[in-house]
Amino acid sequence: MTMSAAPSDHQAARALIARHHIRWWEPTPWVLALAFYFAFPQYLGFGTDLLVWILFAISLELALGYAGIVTLGHAAFFGAGAYTVGMLAFHGIWNEPITSLIAAAVVAAAIGLASGLVLLRTTGLTLLMLTLCTMALLEEAANLGHDWTGGFDGLPSIIIPPLFGLFEFNPLYPRTQFLYVLGVLFVCFVFVRTLVYSPYGQSLTGIRENTLRMHAVGAPVRWRLIACYTISAAIAGIAGGIWAQANAYVNLTTLGLDRAATVLIILVLGGYGRLYGAFVGAVAYVALSHFLSKYFPTAWQLGLGLLLVVIALFARGGILGVCDNILRWYRHKFSARRPTS
Amino acid sequence: MTALLEARMLGINFGALVAARDINFTLEQGARHALIGPNGAGKTTFVNLLTGVLAPSTGEVRLKGQDITRLAQAERVKLGIARTFQINRLFRGLSVLENVYISVAERLGVATNMFSPAGARRDVIDEAMHLLETLKLADDAQRTIAGLPYGRQRLVELAITLGLRPEVLLLDEPAAGVPSAESHIILDAIDALPKQIGVLIIDHDMDLVFRFAKKITVLVRGAIFAEGTPKEIGANADVRAVYLGQQTTHGA
Repeated sequence: MTMSAAPSDHQAARALIARHHIRWWEPTPWVLALAFYFAFPQYLGFGTDLLVWILFAISLELALGYAGIVTLGHAAFFGAGAYTVGMLAFHGIWNEPITSLIAAAVVAAAIGLASGLVLLRTTGLTLLMLTLCTMALLEEAANLGHDWTGGFDGLPSIIIPPLFGLFEFNPLYPRTQFLYVLGVLFVCFVFVRTLVYSPYGQSLTGIRENTLRMHAVGAPVRWRLIACYTISAAIAGIAGGIWAQANAYVNLTTLGLDRAATVLIILVLGGYGRLYGAFVGAVAYVALSHFLSKYFPTAWQLGLGLLLVVIALFARGGILGVCDNILRWYRHKFSARRPTS
Repeated sequence: MTALLEARMLGINFGALVAARDINFTLEQGARHALIGPNGAGKTTFVNLLTGVLAPSTGEVRLKGQDITRLAQAERVKLGIARTFQINRLFRGLSVLENVYISVAERLGVATNMFSPAGARRDVIDEAMHLLETLKLADDAQRTIAGLPYGRQRLVELAITLGLRPEVLLLDEPAAGVPSAESHIILDAIDALPKQIGVLIIDHDMDLVFRFAKKITVLVRGAIFAEGTPKEIGANADVRAVYLGQQTTHGA
C-alpha cells in the first residue's frame, strides 16, 4: 500500500479542522447592532426587544436546531427567568442585574433539568405536547400564586439598580438596556457557538440526524439531550430575566404560547440548525410584523402565515437556506467548469 | 477457545409470533462466522437481541462470560459489540468524515467535551481519515451522505462501525446494495482487522459467505437449523432443501 500524505492534510480534514474558525462576515451582526445604537437612538427600546428575541431564539436553536428536540413550550424557561428576576426584585430580596440573571439561569436550568428528565424519554408529537403542558402548568402556577407572582396582573414596576452601580436603566432612553442586552447576547452567543462546534455539539447533530445510530455508536443519547435541554433552558432563562430587567415588569405573557410559537416562527423563518438563523429570523419577523401591521392593520398575521406556508413548502432552510442555495447555484454556474462524473 | 459472545436459550416472541426460539449460539474469539437463512428466518432479530435493540423474552446473552442480557445497546457498544445495519443508518446531513468522527469520538470519550472545537482533536480526525482511506472513501470524505451513491453509503456504514474498534463485529448484510466490483473492499477491510476480533456476517450473497466464513449457522423460522463448516453446510441435503435449493441461480 502506498503511503499518501498525512491524513490531516486531506481537504476534508482541513475543512473540519478549520470549521470553527471565524469567517470574515461573522462580525456583521455586532457591527450592525452598534451602528443601530448610534444611528437610531429613538428606537433603542425596539432594538432591545429585538436583541432579547435573538437571545431567546438562540436558546431554542441549541435544542431544536442542533439536537432536534421538538418543543413548543420554550417560553416556560423564558418565563421562569423573567419571574425569577421579577420576584426577587419585587419582594426586595435581590435586584443586582448581573447576579439576578445568573439566578434566572439557574432556576430555568433546574426546571429544564427536572422536566427534561421526564420529557426526553419521549419523541415527536408526544414530546411536543408534553413541552406544551409543562409551559401551561407554569403559566397556571404563575396565575394562581398571586401573593408571589402578582397573578394575572403580573409584577408592575420592579426596580433595577444601575448596572455595575454606574449605568441607570432609564425607561425612556433605554441606552443602558440596549448595550447591556447586546453584551449578554454576545457572551451567550460565543458560548453557544463554542458548544456547537465542539465534539459534544457534533454528537448533538448526530442525535438529530439519526438517534438510532447514536445508540449504536455507544452514545448515552438521553443524557446528552438532557444536558442540552438544561443548557438551552438556562439561556432562555437569561433571555427572560433580561427582558424583565429591560422592561421593569413581568406578566403572564412571558410564559404564554404566543411567545413560544413566535420564537419557533423566528427560527423557521431564519433557518434552524445554522447558528445565524436566530439573528436573521428575529430581524425578519420583527420587520415583517411591523410593516404588515402598518399596511394591513386588520389582517397582518395572515401575511405572516402565508409566508410561513411558503417557507415550509419550498424553503425548509428558511431565509439563510435560500441564500445558501442561491450562493451554491451561483458558484456552480460561474466556477471553473469541471467534468461531471 | 474462549467463547467471546454467547447466546443461551435465547428467544423472543411478539405476541403469538415467535421470532427467535431457544437459540444456543457461540461466537469464538477470532471467528469468521456467517449466519444464513431464508427471508424472515429471524436473522436481523437475532442480531437485535445480541446488540440490545430488542430485549429477549427468554434466555441470556453473555460477553466473555459476563451476563449482558439486561444492558442497553449503548452499554454493550462500550463493552465492544458493534454492528452495521441492514438498511443504512447514517447521519445524512453530515459529511462522510463527520460521520466517522462521531463514532471515533464516542469510542475515545471525546464527545462530552463542550468547550474545545471538534477540529482541535487531530487524533480523532486522523483516525477517521485513515479508516476512510482503508475503505477507499477518502475522495468522498467531504461529501454529505445524502449526495452519495448507495454503495458508497454502505461503506460509510462499515467505517462508522470500525471506528468503534469492536471486539465483536456484527455485519448485517454489509454487501447488500454494493456494486459487485466494490464488494471486495468490504472483505479486504474485514481481512485487515485484528485476528482476535469475532466477526459474524449475515448475507444472502453465497459467494461472499463461502469465501469469508470458517463456520456457518443456518437459521430457519427463528431456530438454529444447522451449523458447521462451509463444506458441511454446502453438503447438507436438508440445508440445500430449505435454503440453498431455493436459489436455483446460485453458481450459475
